[in-house]
Amino acid sequence: MTSASRWGLRTVVLAYLAFLLVLPVGVILYRTFQHGLSPIFDTLTTSEAAHAYEITLIVALCAVALNTVFGVGAAVLLVRHRFPGRRILDALIDLPIAVSPVVVGLALTLVYGSRTSFGGWLTDHGIQIIFSLPGMVMATSFVALPLVVRAVAPVLAEIGDEQEQAAATLGASAFQRFTRITLPSIRGALAYGVVLSLARALGEFGAVAVVSGRLIGKTETVPLYVLDLYNNFNQTGAYAAATSLVLVAVVALVASRFLRPRGGLNLS
Amino acid sequence: MSSRKRGLAAGVAVAGVAALTLTGCSGGSANASDGGGKVKLSLVAYSTPQAAYEKIIKAFQATPAGKNVEFQQSYGASGDQSRAVASGLAADVVEFSLQPDMQRLVDAKIVSPDWDKNQYKGMVTDSVVVIATRKGNPKHIVDWPDLVKPGVEVITPNPFTSGGARWNLMAAYGGSLAEGDDANAANTYLAELLKHTPVQDNSARDSLQTFVQGKGDALLSYENDAIFAQQNGQALDYTVPDNTILIENPVAVTETSQHPTEAKAFVDFLYSDTAQKIFSDNGYRPIVKSDATMNFPHPSGLFDITKFGGWDTVMTRFFDADNGIVGKIEQGLGVPTSK
Amino acid sequence: MSQLASELRRPAVRARVKRPALGPSVTGGFVVLFLSVVVLIPLAMVVYRSTDSGWGGFWHQVHSPFAWSALELTIVMSLIAALVNLVMGTAIAWLLVRDKLPGQRVLDTIIDLPFALPTIVAGVTLILLFGASSPIGINLAYARSGVLIALLFVTLPFVVRTVQPVLLELDHDMEEAAASLGAGRLTIFRRIILPTIAPAVAAGTTLAFARALSEFGSTVLISGNLPGKTQVAAVYIYGKIQEDSVTGAAAVSTVLLAVSLVVLVLLNVIQRWVARRD
Repeated sequence: MTSASRWGLRTVVLAYLAFLLVLPVGVILYRTFQHGLSPIFDTLTTSEAAHAYEITLIVALCAVALNTVFGVGAAVLLVRHRFPGRRILDALIDLPIAVSPVVVGLALTLVYGSRTSFGGWLTDHGIQIIFSLPGMVMATSFVALPLVVRAVAPVLAEIGDEQEQAAATLGASAFQRFTRITLPSIRGALAYGVVLSLARALGEFGAVAVVSGRLIGKTETVPLYVLDLYNNFNQTGAYAAATSLVLVAVVALVASRFLRPRGGLNLS
Repeated sequence: MSSRKRGLAAGVAVAGVAALTLTGCSGGSANASDGGGKVKLSLVAYSTPQAAYEKIIKAFQATPAGKNVEFQQSYGASGDQSRAVASGLAADVVEFSLQPDMQRLVDAKIVSPDWDKNQYKGMVTDSVVVIATRKGNPKHIVDWPDLVKPGVEVITPNPFTSGGARWNLMAAYGGSLAEGDDANAANTYLAELLKHTPVQDNSARDSLQTFVQGKGDALLSYENDAIFAQQNGQALDYTVPDNTILIENPVAVTETSQHPTEAKAFVDFLYSDTAQKIFSDNGYRPIVKSDATMNFPHPSGLFDITKFGGWDTVMTRFFDADNGIVGKIEQGLGVPTSK
Repeated sequence: MSQLASELRRPAVRARVKRPALGPSVTGGFVVLFLSVVVLIPLAMVVYRSTDSGWGGFWHQVHSPFAWSALELTIVMSLIAALVNLVMGTAIAWLLVRDKLPGQRVLDTIIDLPFALPTIVAGVTLILLFGASSPIGINLAYARSGVLIALLFVTLPFVVRTVQPVLLELDHDMEEAAASLGAGRLTIFRRIILPTIAPAVAAGTTLAFARALSEFGSTVLISGNLPGKTQVAAVYIYGKIQEDSVTGAAAVSTVLLAVSLVVLVLLNVIQRWVARRD
């Protein structure tokens, strides 16, 4: 490439990234720290904020735990087994990528909301899904569903199953084969998938906004709290809370960079 | 590290994950209220009194009755919040923008039919509908006819979600009648007004944000919300029209409350001088009239909802999604209102 | 390895104490159950409820002016965002692979920021920079360009991340051979590079399009949600949910789901095309 076209490309690309990526994030960091650390500290130590962080963490951890079990199970099924409907299952797992978070919230409400027949029956038996943590976990789980599967499946396919078969010949049970051979060899990919899921889960907004009822101190997560502060003209607070999420995102990014298997994330 | 140890660790991890999943998440909501003898009340309210409640709750917790009471609060569009409670959002105390949202919960057997049988008819605060404008009021918008002049954009929320929007439209309707219009002309005025409205947000608070972000020339607003915006350094002016509606906001303890005593104590506290003073500091007109009452201007032509036969009549006549006056206007504008 | 082998021999003794865990049927049962409870049944319910008042009602909802324009705007804006990022994403990937710049690794990392950043944070950030009180004097609030900026932001990484690995593997020798045979740069790009990266570019663009279609958090603030002007489908659906208009929300959701499904199928076709080229 000639140096003229090289510089042209560099200029265009860097200008685009500066405008779209660096500038917005830079501005929010500047606005957050503009008045020093004490307003940030004041906002993030209120009991509402503490609750929001706690709830966000509980919901995200539950959803990621479920998705990890699901993801590993689904990856093993897809890679190691041949069964009717396998390709359909494969395709369905990707469905959540293309579904709008708002539609996720609506969908869960239409099945588990207490005004529906099934949701009403659950409510009569003392189980509340919508406007409560289980619904939020389900919504979060939905949006992050493909991440673990898609991180683990390629690695699983690559390592093959000779070792597992050898172990089976030697009499190892399925459980032993899984915990001693399969799991250790997919560790890296699994960690990668978990980090991605966690980042997605901690930041989920639209789906949770619909199913949570936004009860401050009970079902309000940090992303909802950001909007709440913003709408009440507590800009400093909103920017501080947003920046805390930016930091989480950056940590997740750096972690995922170290964990990323060679194949990367093979979405669908 | 031997692979056996690793295997063990992995096994423990899987078991742990499964256990966490089965126990931790499913029961997460049920045991939210045990906090060492403390009672947790859930307050579900419409969007604007949030700032006031944050202070009132602190004041309540400083009293003997409120010492062991903690709060979960939810704020949003009045109709939305009311439907959420009707659909199972747990609430001990509810406050809405207007009476029909309370009536929904009476119909759903969540609030007692006697909720309005106190000396304040169940209302906890008052306000009026005002016209907020840009600083300095560059387009000289001071009264109802000014809103439908060419080139004027009016911001008001969606009357099918927001209580504030219903108050706004009834104020506008009454304002038009006061100009000497007959009912037909007033209907036309409402239609014209909504044509000048480029966006109908979900709640009064969203509309305020829209206006503050620079959209529109005028904002129909609760007086308290306009004051709130000014207190937060937002550059806007507001005019109280001579003819406007008295807003009355209902509050109640739910019959489904797990802690009726504490909930009742909190609602009683809302009528105390302390709480009413906080409401008035936040721009509300206190319902308990005392000399501490701020000097709010009293519009000469103030009317209340009974002018139009009360909310039950108004809901059918104006806000029925299919056949109401506003329902029909919105359909004409392309907003599908049917369920 | 030998350690592993010895390790494997030992369980042979204990294997008789068989635990009935994690068999394929148990795993399969869990996977299918979980997928059904969380994803499939709820989505099926959306489609089902969209016809609560018959197909006429469905059509009435979808075809009401604001719903229709929201869908239209969503599709058009998503398409533009995907196409812009097709070009820019390919250029960024090229820069990351073929150029040597100081700080390239940092650049490589922050490209993923839109993936990791919560959408509402993106929304607050964008309205801070491009809103009414923009510090750089660009006010895109309540304009379609504001929606576009939000969509460009959230879809930025897709094309970069699909094209980058392909570029990395691209054989320099072939380009050099072509150059030595007198091929111009343009010819090399057109005949060698482009065909190689095309499937990856297509896959990335399709993913970006799908993501943009469903976007909510980053657009809800900056768009101002003017119905008929800047309101995207997801925000329209959110409004309908708040209004308790189940059919309205479900009908537009169903259309959005259908479009997404078509995109997913398209993606699948592209991916098989990629696989065939390998």
